[in-house]
Amino acid sequence: MLNRLGPTLTILLLTGPIAFGLAGTVLPALGFLPALDGMKFTLAHLRDLFSEPAILISAGLSLVAGVVTAFLSLLAVMLFVAGFAGTRAFGRVQHLVSPLLSLPHAAAAFALAFLIAPSGMLARLVSPEMTGWERPPDLLIVNDPMGLSMMAGLVVKEIPFLLLMTLAALPQVPLRETRMLTASLGYGRVAGFVLGSWPAIYRQIRLPVFAVIAFASSVVDVAMILGPTRTAPLAARLVTWMNDPDLSMRYLASAGALLQLAVTGLALAFWLGLERLGAALSKRAAIRGWRFNQDALLRAAGLAMMILSAGIVFAGLATLALWSFAGLWQFPDALPASFTLRTWMRMLPSILEPLQTTLLAGLLSTLIASVLAILCLMHEEETGRRPGRGALTLLYLPLLVPQVAFVFGLQLLLIYAGVLATLPALVLAHLVFVMPYAYLSLKEPWYAFDRRYDWIAASLGKGRARRFFSVRLPVMTRAVLTMAAVGFAVSVGLYLPTVLVGAGRLTTVTTEAVALASGGNGRVIGVYAFWQMLLPMMGFAVATFVPALIFRRFRGMQV
Amino acid sequence: MGEEGLFLDGVKIALGGRVLVELTREVPPGEVLTVMGPSGSGKSSLLAYLAGFLDPAFGASGRAWVDGIEITALPAEERHAGVLFQDPLLFPHMDVAGNLIFALPQSLKSRAARRAQAEAALEGVGLAGMGDRDPATLSGGQKARVALARVLLSAPRMLLLDEPFSKLDMELRQQMRTLVFDKARERGLPVLLVTHDEADAEAAGGEIVRIGS
Amino acid sequence: MLKRLLAAALACAASFAAHAEEVDPADWDQVLQQAQGQTVYFNAWGGAENINAYIEWAAGELKKRYKVTLKHVKLDDTAHAVATVVAEKAAGRDQGGSVDLVWINGENFAAMKERGLLFSPGWAENLPNWRYVDYENKPTITTDFTIPVEGLASPWGMAQLVFFYDSARMEAAKLPRNADELLAWAEANPGRFSYPQPPDFTGSSFLKQVLLEKADRSVLERPVDEEIFAEATKPLSDYLDALHKVAWRSGRAFPQNYPAMKQLLADGELDIIFAFNPAEASSAIANGELPDTVRSFTFPGGTLANTHFVAIPYNANAKAGALVTANFLISPEAQVRKEDPAYWGDPTVLSMDKLEPDARAAFASIDLGVATLKPEELAPALGEPHPSWMERIEDEWKRRYTAEN
Repeated sequence: MLNRLGPTLTILLLTGPIAFGLAGTVLPALGFLPALDGMKFTLAHLRDLFSEPAILISAGLSLVAGVVTAFLSLLAVMLFVAGFAGTRAFGRVQHLVSPLLSLPHAAAAFALAFLIAPSGMLARLVSPEMTGWERPPDLLIVNDPMGLSMMAGLVVKEIPFLLLMTLAALPQVPLRETRMLTASLGYGRVAGFVLGSWPAIYRQIRLPVFAVIAFASSVVDVAMILGPTRTAPLAARLVTWMNDPDLSMRYLASAGALLQLAVTGLALAFWLGLERLGAALSKRAAIRGWRFNQDALLRAAGLAMMILSAGIVFAGLATLALWSFAGLWQFPDALPASFTLRTWMRMLPSILEPLQTTLLAGLLSTLIASVLAILCLMHEEETGRRPGRGALTLLYLPLLVPQVAFVFGLQLLLIYAGVLATLPALVLAHLVFVMPYAYLSLKEPWYAFDRRYDWIAASLGKGRARRFFSVRLPVMTRAVLTMAAVGFAVSVGLYLPTVLVGAGRLTTVTTEAVALASGGNGRVIGVYAFWQMLLPMMGFAVATFVPALIFRRFRGMQV
Repeated sequence: MGEEGLFLDGVKIALGGRVLVELTREVPPGEVLTVMGPSGSGKSSLLAYLAGFLDPAFGASGRAWVDGIEITALPAEERHAGVLFQDPLLFPHMDVAGNLIFALPQSLKSRAARRAQAEAALEGVGLAGMGDRDPATLSGGQKARVALARVLLSAPRMLLLDEPFSKLDMELRQQMRTLVFDKARERGLPVLLVTHDEADAEAAGGEIVRIGS
Repeated sequence: MLKRLLAAALACAASFAAHAEEVDPADWDQVLQQAQGQTVYFNAWGGAENINAYIEWAAGELKKRYKVTLKHVKLDDTAHAVATVVAEKAAGRDQGGSVDLVWINGENFAAMKERGLLFSPGWAENLPNWRYVDYENKPTITTDFTIPVEGLASPWGMAQLVFFYDSARMEAAKLPRNADELLAWAEANPGRFSYPQPPDFTGSSFLKQVLLEKADRSVLERPVDEEIFAEATKPLSDYLDALHKVAWRSGRAFPQNYPAMKQLLADGELDIIFAFNPAEASSAIANGELPDTVRSFTFPGGTLANTHFVAIPYNANAKAGALVTANFLISPEAQVRKEDPAYWGDPTVLSMDKLEPDARAAFASIDLGVATLKPEELAPALGEPHPSWMERIEDEWKRRYTAEN
């Protein structure tokens, strides 16, 4: 009974906010907004949108960011897996990169910014000895007009995501056999992998890749930290319109959100074209029999991109940690002149409330999402129906529809309902994004569970609840806690939904950190970035150590 | 019905319109019905149907009674069909005693009494004093015996055996066969054994049904 | 949290009850009574840690003295709060609104006043501590950006544009003395000057400073006349076109706000920055954010000055609590602490002549810091243009400079 409710509730929770949110966005764009007496269909707002200065440049930036980010991240992952799957280095790099998955996008963006800025750590390390710079060079690196640093910030975060998704797909592909076959035909390691195994892997990770495109083409927080400021990417400009005191700007913002939908759609369409091109190229290569057996450089590039992406973030986080304890720290000193706890002490009172909200929203949305994910999986198991392509796409919907496009409309509904900036509304908004990740992370281990344990328990006369709580849940403790840690990490990292639904009254460490981003104060940002990093890590630590501790007596429960 | 033992009345298992098994048989208390067939013949599905956890992909019909109770009308946990698989499937998060105590009916309330029963059951399979052990540290034969003790503690109405000896080595296999069938006879439990091992069927000594050949 | 939710619910219920009685600012005893137990959501820009800490302190005092809970809703733009009230009015939420008090001036105040979004009639002059306010000598307290305040907002602090430089890197004698000299200096020192990207208010203030120096001031006191707008602002556009060529990052990017400029001065990327608070540099030095060689200077011909206020939306949920808060914020005690650069360094709105002797002594004993100009060293105050000018020059800036060219 309850688990039949699971899928229904999940579908409602995923599609409801998206459908209503999109309606709340699209209708005003076309002139319908009863609160402002907008009752007539009009294209005037779209016309206004296109008369905004440089709007097409903003849209173009978003489009390019979506495609380029996905392309580079995927390329790095592909080359790396091609060159190193099955080697010792693979495992090591995987361990290096995986923790980044739980790091909020904003924190990674800060890390990059404080590393590569003209006054950043890199310049400090080589100055003035190697560069002669006594003062930071007047170079436009962070916030560059082409969005290169923004895309770099996105790539370092998407690489771990796509790597993890690829790792999940790998066991379903006969990697070794294919490699031996292609090698015996004289193909290089990379070419053999790309032509032999990659198509099957790519089919499995296509939705995650689409999610990367959708996210990168509509990102707000990373854009605010690293993106161009004079001609900001579309989504970042939308958010300023959404915040305009003039309520009639909602029309313009809605029209912009509509454009954002089109831009993301276009980016996805463009990607589909790239897929075709890639398929055609590899077919051609196969027909021509190109072997590409001199691929050491490609393999090195794959490895370098992986190590670099992780190294950049870790080095940046270390820099931020220094900043948070820094007294005066002038260029080109590589270390602060003095260390002090003052920033931490001063921030303590003001960080408590965002911290509390972060924890509450994270824990509640994770709890609900976990229960729903388990109910869905139970239902699937019982009916013997695995979710089809359609259901899976549905699950990915919140990750494929640009956040600005529907959360903005959702905000309008929440205002009408009088629940904007309340904890339940915030939890609901987070749930939309936590739910898919919770489900996806539990799915594999759930199906890997040996159901005969359940049958044995049933044959021993134990009812369903007893079987679940005494057998399945304990045996799956680690998997369930890992799911919760993933969900919690997602919630901690959510920026836009928190800003729009929390409406400034409910703030999390992520929204606070991004709000401070424009001030460029490394000390304060360092403290927030620390919490952004710490909270998800704590989740994963719990998922690792708690089961190990509870079941320390039982060898069969160790990993 | 009022009769003792297991009675299968027109039990039919089908997959995708193809009938795998169709069976009407009576298994008196303490006796063994052996169903033999190659893998994929549906013999395990028959067992799963009787135990109450057949994959919904299969179509099944027919009824089964044990001691006059129609078990096919009951949920799995009320059928009291003691199941043994080829793997012992001891719960990895409980010690040996925990596994056994878990099997005891809830009607037995006292902790001490539950503990004592588990100890006695261990003794009954020659594993006295092993209650505190982590199941992962037991040998294959010990695990199999704990699994048997666990099934017996749950006060089953019958035993359903799904190739329970196939993973044991020769010598152990013989011991376990004897142990299992002796216990079943001792308690007057009807047994359904599915296997592809002729020696199992021989040791069981009861009627043999061959399917899917 | 649950406890807090419950408290909020109770406060809500209490305030609805209070609503029936209406809040009368003239009956202060009753206001104090109604305020007890209320939670005041104070929507205030939250981009500076020292100001946030000051508000934290005020919250503690209010709790202790008046049983009023002050919650700082940190905004990155006051427009947020205005938008919230506008949205609430549109949604028919005429009571129990989510904004109780808002830190405001300029176009946001003008917009709220014009749309009737402020608690009225004027209440600020009924506050008990109004008696200390120096409205006689500080005209911006009664006229905000040419808009009469009419008691719809209570003054909180004074602001005036002041420039900062690092004396370790620059000679005081070479400092520019007006906008034109600043441009000439920037041309001689390319990449070392910039301003926050409008519509950041410090950045827009810089545009207004240039406009005030280079355009006909009488025109600026009236609402924008589109007929003459292009002509009136041409000197500003020419100035910016010239400045951007030699600005930081060649004008291809701008700092996002004052704190960002401060960081750039500390990093040695910029040589001259400016703030709207004369004590900013001293408090930054005290916090280790700027080296202690930083000093202030001003344009002798005058710099832009204004007053910032707190106002109460018409639909505020906790009006009595908001009144008590506004009154506390202009108490001599709160104002002394605010003027002290160790905490914030924001000049007071009070008149030294009206204060009791010990309060006056407290003000006199504040160490304004090495980098702060004394009140008599400050340039004459230039009044703000009509708010419509700010909106139009921000639009114009966006139109001209949003795209890379």
